[in-house]
Amino acid sequence: MIEDIELETLINDVYEYYGFDFGSYSRASLKRRVSRVFYLDGFKHFHDFLSKVRTDPEYCKRMIDEITVNVTEMFRDPSFYLTLRKEILPLLGTKPFIRIWHAGCSTGEEVYSMAIMLKEAGLLHKSILYATDINASVLETAKSGIFPLRMIKDYADNYRDSGGQQDFSDYYIANYGFAKFNDNLSEKMVFSQHNLVSDTSFNEFDLILCRNVLIYFDNNLQKRVINLFDDSLAVLGFLALGTKETIKYSISQTKYKQFAKEKIWRKIKE
Amino acid sequence: MEENKRIKDCKVVIIGGSAGSLQALLQILPFVEKTISFAIVIVVHRKNTDEQTLEDLIALKAKLKVKEVEDKVKLEAGFIYIAPSNYHLLFEKNETLSLDTSEKINYSRPSIDVSFESAAEIYTNHLIGILLSGSNSDGTVGLKAIQAAGGISVVQNPLSADMPYMPNNAILHTTPDFVLKTEEILEFIKEINQE
Ligand SMILES: C[S@@+](CC[C@H](N)C(=O)[O-])C[C@H]1O[C@@H](n2cnc3c(N)ncnc32)[C@H](O)[C@@H]1O
Repeated sequence: MIEDIELETLINDVYEYYGFDFGSYSRASLKRRVSRVFYLDGFKHFHDFLSKVRTDPEYCKRMIDEITVNVTEMFRDPSFYLTLRKEILPLLGTKPFIRIWHAGCSTGEEVYSMAIMLKEAGLLHKSILYATDINASVLETAKSGIFPLRMIKDYADNYRDSGGQQDFSDYYIANYGFAKFNDNLSEKMVFSQHNLVSDTSFNEFDLILCRNVLIYFDNNLQKRVINLFDDSLAVLGFLALGTKETIKYSISQTKYKQFAKEKIWRKIKE
Repeated sequence: MEENKRIKDCKVVIIGGSAGSLQALLQILPFVEKTISFAIVIVVHRKNTDEQTLEDLIALKAKLKVKEVEDKVKLEAGFIYIAPSNYHLLFEKNETLSLDTSEKINYSRPSIDVSFESAAEIYTNHLIGILLSGSNSDGTVGLKAIQAAGGISVVQNPLSADMPYMPNNAILHTTPDFVLKTEEILEFIKEINQE
């Protein structure tokens, strides 16, 4: 493991040289992630690593890509998706347009899952899905809609557990170990780089999903990001977090009402 | 027991286990008193599907209260914390727990090594790590880290473990401070922080 002081120096330098601010990330995870790239890339001395980061923007980008945790799946936590399908989508369906924001979408599995559910509910044509992440590389994968075929069996199981009744294999074409999801699913997706630490609200949404992203932030940053979502959410819109995340410590509970047993909250007043 | 190796000021007891460890936990936890002056953190491998059952079972049997582990929950003495499935459980300097969904380690998430190492870093010589039954090598590296940071390592006696592989592996690759049968682990826990 690298030392605490080394980590703090790196955080300062990355901010000073490139403007990316990791100062409010949870240290336990960040330290493991930085140590991981440090050893992965064969460094022996921290100052070599540090000067590489400082002087080589390409390398700094690689490092940031590697320290963010991008593990994701389709229909992750099927009971969450079941609630979306059964209770939230019918409510959103009454609106003329549905605007959804996936903040921290990683490689996009979550976004394609949502598109499949919208399609099955007959709502995809009037929806728009903004999907953002700090990591530009994962967005490229997300845009392509190409995922490893070895994961598909698990995804098909999750899909069924989330209330899906179609033949899951109708949604993609399998080729050379990859599954390419149909273009009619991605037509309504807009991908762009957005940093939750430093970028502002860019639209008003009816549903915001930010799952398993806040766990990497400290309490203060969580508070700031929840407020950013609050600014970006229409009244009666929904905010959905990961199964172990909460808005409890971040925002007045009179403004939001928790929905069912899932980590979904409805904004009940401005 | 080597008296000199007993911690006076223990803040956290972290218990790791895999296959067969539930049985041991149920022989230990129900008999631990509410008044303990440390927190108990449990990291066991399990299927994603039985998410609630382990919590429910332990909550039902133990005198201690089980605190639900949500991200950034505060670690307090007198409570049991159970690592949720599909997340690694990490320790922060401000005595909160945080979660991480990064790659599996030793085919496991939560990984015992990850949590043991993280706890060792924060709690140094105020930490006791206990490794129970299992058929995987997770936990060995973590126990080493706990000892290196000044904490105490305890391994379930493989003869009393349902699945001896995990404790055996730890005994083979480390020098545990104690190797104890299930009942002895309970006695050991009762003695922690006692005069
Ligand atoms: C574990 S993934 C979550 C993916 C998906 N939402 C899910 O739950 O499966 C976390 C994502 O958050 C992104 N992330 C981390 N820091 C961020 C920031 N400051 N702004 C935007 N995204 C960020 C990471 O790049 C990563 O793709």
